[in-house]
Amino acid sequence: MAIVTPARTVNAVATDRSKALVEVHDIRKNYQLGETEVHALRGVSVSIGAGDFVAIMGASGSGKSTFMNILGCLDKATSGRYLLEGTDVSTLTKKELARIRNQKIGFVFQGFNLLGRTTALENTELPMLYSKTNKNDRERRAREALVQVGLGDRADHFPSQLSGGQQQRVAIARALVNQPRMLLADEPTGNLDSRTSVEVMEIFQKLNANGLTIILVTHEPDIAQFAKREIVFRDGQIKRDDVVEVPHVASEVLKTMPTIKD
Amino acid sequence: MDLSSAFTLALRALGRNKMRSSLTMLGLIIGVGAVIAVIGIGEGAAAKAQEQLAALGSNMLFVGSGSVNRYGLNVGSFQTKTLVLADARAMVRECPSVSAAAPGTGTGQQVVFENENWATQITGTVPQYFQVRNWPFSSGTSFSDDDVTQAATVAVLGDTVRKYLFGSRNPIGETIRIGTLPFKVVGVLTPKGTSPGSGQDQDDVVIAPLTTVQKKLLGQEWLRWIMVSAVSRQASYVAQPQIVSLLRDRHKIRAGVPDDFVVRNMADMADAAAEQGTVMTVLLTIVASIALFVGGIGIMNIMLVSVTERTREIGVRMAVGATEEDVRLQFLTEAAVLGLIGGTIGIVFGVTSSLAVSQGLGWPIRIPAYAIAVSGVFAMAIALFFGFYPARRASQLNPIEALRYE
Repeated sequence: MAIVTPARTVNAVATDRSKALVEVHDIRKNYQLGETEVHALRGVSVSIGAGDFVAIMGASGSGKSTFMNILGCLDKATSGRYLLEGTDVSTLTKKELARIRNQKIGFVFQGFNLLGRTTALENTELPMLYSKTNKNDRERRAREALVQVGLGDRADHFPSQLSGGQQQRVAIARALVNQPRMLLADEPTGNLDSRTSVEVMEIFQKLNANGLTIILVTHEPDIAQFAKREIVFRDGQIKRDDVVEVPHVASEVLKTMPTIKD
Repeated sequence: MDLSSAFTLALRALGRNKMRSSLTMLGLIIGVGAVIAVIGIGEGAAAKAQEQLAALGSNMLFVGSGSVNRYGLNVGSFQTKTLVLADARAMVRECPSVSAAAPGTGTGQQVVFENENWATQITGTVPQYFQVRNWPFSSGTSFSDDDVTQAATVAVLGDTVRKYLFGSRNPIGETIRIGTLPFKVVGVLTPKGTSPGSGQDQDDVVIAPLTTVQKKLLGQEWLRWIMVSAVSRQASYVAQPQIVSLLRDRHKIRAGVPDDFVVRNMADMADAAAEQGTVMTVLLTIVASIALFVGGIGIMNIMLVSVTERTREIGVRMAVGATEEDVRLQFLTEAAVLGLIGGTIGIVFGVTSSLAVSQGLGWPIRIPAYAIAVSGVFAMAIALFFGFYPARRASQLNPIEALRYE
C-alpha cells in the first residue's frame, strides 16, 4: 500500500517541529443538562507538537470526546485558551472555524460518515466543495487521495458496495484531501474487526511517518499501543500523559494475524 | 460553495427521491396551472363581453315603453302607449348630450320568399337606427326618410333571415311577403352575432320603415322603444337624466308618480359586465393562489422531512468545512429547483389545459404574457419563501449533535 504524503505537510513539519501545533491552557467545558450543570472538562492543559501521534483514552463520560470536539473546532470551550498553530481559536467566528476545519483538520469517525448513494470519489471530493477548488482539480486530488489509501480502483463504488475497512479508508482519503495539519480520529476502529483495525493503524503510522500529526480517540488499549503518546482522561481531567515506550508496528503485527482467507 | 455546485447537488438530491420530488412539485404544478387557466378564461370572457357590448352600439341608451299596473295587475313592459315619435324628435332637439334618436316598434311575423318561409321579428324604425346601432350593410342600402314619411313597403334583412330565405342568391330588388303584404328588399345587414344580455340572435330580424310597420302591420301609433345615441360615452351618463326629465315633462307625469317608460344606459351595462368579469377573475385568482400557497406548504413539509433525514449528512458537511451559508444555499437551491421545474411544468400544463378547455367547450381563452410571467415568478417566490425556513433550520444545526444523529 503506497502512502504518499503531500509535500506541503512535509515542509510544515520541518518548520514547525520546534513549535507546538496544539497548545491548550486550562480549558473547561460546562454543559447545562436539564437542571444540572455538567462539568465535562475541568481544566485541561496539554501541548501537542507537530508530527506527534497521540492516543486519547478514557471511559465514556471522561471528557475525551468533548476534548476532541474542541480540538476539532466543532465546539468551543467555556473558558481557557486553545492555540492552533499559534492562533487563538476561541476568538474566531463560526465562519472562520469552518474554514479551519476545512483547511487544517481532517476528521475520521467511528461510523465512517460517508454520504450514501454517493461514490467514493465524490465522498472524497466533499471538503474541496467548500474550498473553492475547480472541478478538474477536485477530481484529480480526490483520485490521488484514494490511491494513497489503496482504493484507486474503487473510486466509482458506492459505500454500500464497500467493506467496513474500505469505507473507513475512503473516509481517511476524504480527511487527507485538503492536506490538513492534523488528523482527528474518533474511535476509527470501533466498528471494525481486529485485522481491519490494524490495517487502519498501518495507514495512520505511515501517514505519521511522513509528518502528519494524528490524534486518535480510542477505548481499546491495543489500538493505543500503535501511537507514540498516550493521554488518559478521567472525570474531565488528564489523569496520565505518557510516552509509549515501544509502539507496536502495524505492518509487523499484520504478519502475525490470520487473513480473512484463512 | 459556488452556485453551479449547489445546483448540481440539488438536482442529484431531488433525483434520488424522484417520486417524492414529483409529488412535491405537483402542488406547484396544479397551482401555477390553475392561475394560468383562470386568468386565461377570465380574460377571454371579459374580452368577449366587451366585444359583444361594443357590437350593440357605442354610447347608446335604450328608452322603452313602460309597464302598466292597473287594479293591481302588472302586465309587463312595452305596454304603455305614451311613447311617440314626437318624443324622439324632442330628445334630439332639447337634450344637448343626445346626438341621434331612432324610434322603433316591432312585431313577430312570418316572412315568405317563393317556397321559403321564416318566422322572425319585424322591426319598424328610421334610417338613423343603423348609425345608432353602428350596424353597416353588407349589400344594398338603408330605406330613406321619404320611405318613412310615405310608409313605403321596403325592407332591410338581417343576415340570418337572408340565409334562410335566399341562401346564396342575391336578395336585393327581390320581393318578399311579410304577413300578406309584399315588401321590396333594399339592403342586407352584416352579421352581428348574439346579444350579450339575452343571447338572442340579433341577425334574425327584418327592418322596415317605422310608419309602415305601425300602420300596415300593427295598426298602432305609439312606439315600443327609442334607441338614443349620446355624443360620447361620457355624455351617455349625462343624457340619461336629461331624457328622464324631458319625457316626464312631455308625458305630464306628476312628481311622485312613477315613470311610464324605462331608460337603460349601455355604458352602465358594459361597466357592469366588466366589473362582473373583474370580480370573477379576482375570486378565481384568489382560489388559484390558495392552490399555489398549499403547494408551497407541501415544499416546506418535504424540505423539513429532508433536513431531518439528512441531519447526519449536514453534520458531515459542516465537519469538513461547510459554513452555515453553504448549508443554507444547498437547501435553498433545492427548493428553488423544485420551484423552477414545478413552475415550468405548471406553465406548460396551464397553457395546454386552457387550450383544451377552449377547444372542448368553445370558451374564448386569452392568456396574456403577464399571466405566465407572474405565475412563474410567483412559483419561484413561493418555493424560496417556504424553502427558507427548512434551509435555515439545516444551517443552524449543531455539527456535533448532527454527527451523532441516528
